[in-house]
Amino acid sequence: MSNELVPTKQPTYYEEVERKGYSRRDFLQFVSMMTAFIGLENSAIGQVAKALETKPRVPVIWLHFQECTCCSESFIRSSHPIVADILLDKISLDYTETLMAASGFQAEEAMQNTMKKYKGEYILCVEGSVPMGADGVYCMIGGKTSLQILEEAAEGAKAIIAWGSCASNGCVQAAKPNPTQATPIHKLVKGKPVIKVPGCPPIGEVMAGVIVHLVTFDRIPELDGLGRPKAFYSKRVHDTCYRRPFYDAGLYVESFDDANARKGYCLYKVGCKGPSTYNACGVMKWNNGTSFPIQSGHGCIGCSEENYWDNGRLYDRASSFAGFGIEANADTFGKVALGVTGAALAGHAVMTNVKKKKLIRNLEDEGKQSEHELKS
Amino acid sequence: MKTNYLHVHRLRRVYVWELPVRYYHWLNALAIIALIITGFLIASPLALQSNQEATNRFVMGWVRVIHFIAAYIFFFNFLFRIYWGFAGNKYANWKQFIPTSKKFIKEMWTVFKIDILMLRGKEHISIGHNAMAGFIYFLTFWAFLIQCLTGFGLYASTATWWLPKLFSWVPTLFGGDILTRQVHHWTMWFFILFAVIHVYLVFYHDYVEGRGEISSMGGGWKFIEEDVFHDEEFHTPNKHDSNRHKPKKTTTDES
Repeated sequence: MSNELVPTKQPTYYEEVERKGYSRRDFLQFVSMMTAFIGLENSAIGQVAKALETKPRVPVIWLHFQECTCCSESFIRSSHPIVADILLDKISLDYTETLMAASGFQAEEAMQNTMKKYKGEYILCVEGSVPMGADGVYCMIGGKTSLQILEEAAEGAKAIIAWGSCASNGCVQAAKPNPTQATPIHKLVKGKPVIKVPGCPPIGEVMAGVIVHLVTFDRIPELDGLGRPKAFYSKRVHDTCYRRPFYDAGLYVESFDDANARKGYCLYKVGCKGPSTYNACGVMKWNNGTSFPIQSGHGCIGCSEENYWDNGRLYDRASSFAGFGIEANADTFGKVALGVTGAALAGHAVMTNVKKKKLIRNLEDEGKQSEHELKS
Repeated sequence: MKTNYLHVHRLRRVYVWELPVRYYHWLNALAIIALIITGFLIASPLALQSNQEATNRFVMGWVRVIHFIAAYIFFFNFLFRIYWGFAGNKYANWKQFIPTSKKFIKEMWTVFKIDILMLRGKEHISIGHNAMAGFIYFLTFWAFLIQCLTGFGLYASTATWWLPKLFSWVPTLFGGDILTRQVHHWTMWFFILFAVIHVYLVFYHDYVEGRGEISSMGGGWKFIEEDVFHDEEFHTPNKHDSNRHKPKKTTTDES
C-alpha cells in the first residue's frame, strides 16, 4: 500500500510473482488454469501469460458495504495460491477494509490517493449492497454513507465489479420487507460498466477469472442479459450436474434420509434449484474442486439467482403463495379456485333449470312436436 | 298444437366454424391437455422406483420431450389462429374478440345479465361467439402469449435452434428462471379454470338454446331460427365487412 501522491511505476504481475518466490512453472500453471476458466482456447494461454508479464498491475479499490465478507473469503481460498497471493494481495488492493493493514485516517488517505493517482484506471470492486433507507445511516464508514462512498469511488473507476449476490441483486438484506432498502450496485451507478458476479459467495476461481480477463484484454468480458460474464453464468447448474442422468431417468430423492438419497439420486424433489440457477458450480466446484452443494447431498439453493430468498423455498420447488399461509403454493390456490369454480358452475346449472324453465320447456315441446309429426 | 304459445321454428343451417377453425380448436385442446399433464409431472415428478441403471431409463426425459413437442404445436397453432383472425369468416375475425364498439360492450353486459346472473330480460342470440365469450377468448390469447414467452424463455438456454433462442430475453425480464418458471406455472391454472368453465358453458348454451352448440365444433354448423336473419341486433357484435365471403346484404350499425 503506497501512500505517496506521485504515481510510481507499477510492477507487472509476473514481477510480483517472481518476487513472491514462485517459479516460472507455477506461473504458467496459473495462467493455463485461468485461461481455461475464462473460457478461452489453449492457444490463448500465450496471450494471457504475455499480458500478465508485461502489463502493470491494475490498481483496485475494494469496497465493503452491507455484506458478510464471504466473497473475500471465497476469493482468498481459490484453488491456486497465486490467485490470493498475487491477484488479491498484489493486484494492489489499495483499499479494502477487511484485508488492509492501515486503519482510520491512514486508510481513508490511501483510498483518496489511489482515486486521485489512478483516476480512470482503477477497478472498483464492490462487495455488499447499499442501504438507501433512512438516508443511508444503516451502513456508514468514516462518516460517509455507503452511497456517498460508492459514488465517489465510481466516478474515476474504469470498470466496476459487483462481487456476490449482495452487490449484484441485493441478496438476503433485500429480502422482503427490505428494512434498510438494500440496493444493488447497478441500480445506483450510471454510465459505468458493471460486471455482476453473483453467488453467495461467488466461486473464487470465477472471481479471479473476471480479473484476469480484465487485465489480459483490457475490456470487460462478454456479459449476458443480466450483466453476468457469459463464460461462467451461461449454463444452468442442472445442465452440468453429475446427477443429471437420474433426473432424466425419473429417479429422485424423496426425503433426505431415504434409500434414494444414499444412492445419490437427483435432488429435484427436495427443492434443488439447479434447473433455475446459472452458475459454474457443477464444473469448477468449490475448495480446490473438492465438491459442491449437490455433491454433498444437498440441493442447490440458487444463491446466485436474483430474489432466491423471496422466490423460492429451500426444500420445495414451488414457492409459497402470498396470503395462503406459509405452506400454501400456487397449486393450493389453484385447487381452491377449481373447487370454487366447480361449486359456482353446479349452482349455475341448478339455477338454469329454475330460471330458464320456460325457455327449456319451449324447446322440449318444440322438439316433441316435431317428433310427433314424424310418422316413424 | 298442444300449447297455444308453441311456435315451431324453421331453422337454417349456418356454417359458423370453418374447417381450419375446427382443426385449430381440437389441436389446441389436445396440445393444452398434453402440456398440462406433462407440466404437472415436470413440476412434481412421480415417485418411481427402478432397478435399472439411470442410463437405461429416460422417463422424465420423455415427459419433457412430449412437453416441448406439444409446446411447438401449441405455438404454431396459435400463430395460425392469429392469421385466421384476418383470413377467416366473420365469426373467426379478430374483431369478434376485442371490445371496440359500444354494441360490443352492450352485448357483454346483456350476456352477463341474461346468462350469468340469469336476470329477467330478452334472451340474446349469438351465432358465433357472444361478446362476453369473445372477450374471454381475447384474454386467453394473452395467456397463450404469456405461456409461449415464459415457456420458450425457459427453454432458450438449452435450445440449439434459433427460434426458441429468440425468447432468451424473457427470463431477464423476470430477473431469472425462478420467477419465470413460477409465472409459467401460475398461468397454467388459468387454462385449467378456463377449460372447466368453457366446457360447462358449451353444454349450457346447447341446453337452453338448442342450436347445436356442442356439435358445431365438429361439423361447423349451427342451426339458427329464420327470424334471426332479419333482426340486425343478433348479428356479430363488431361489424365485419363480409362482402368477400358471402353474397349476403351488408349489415348496418343499429341506430
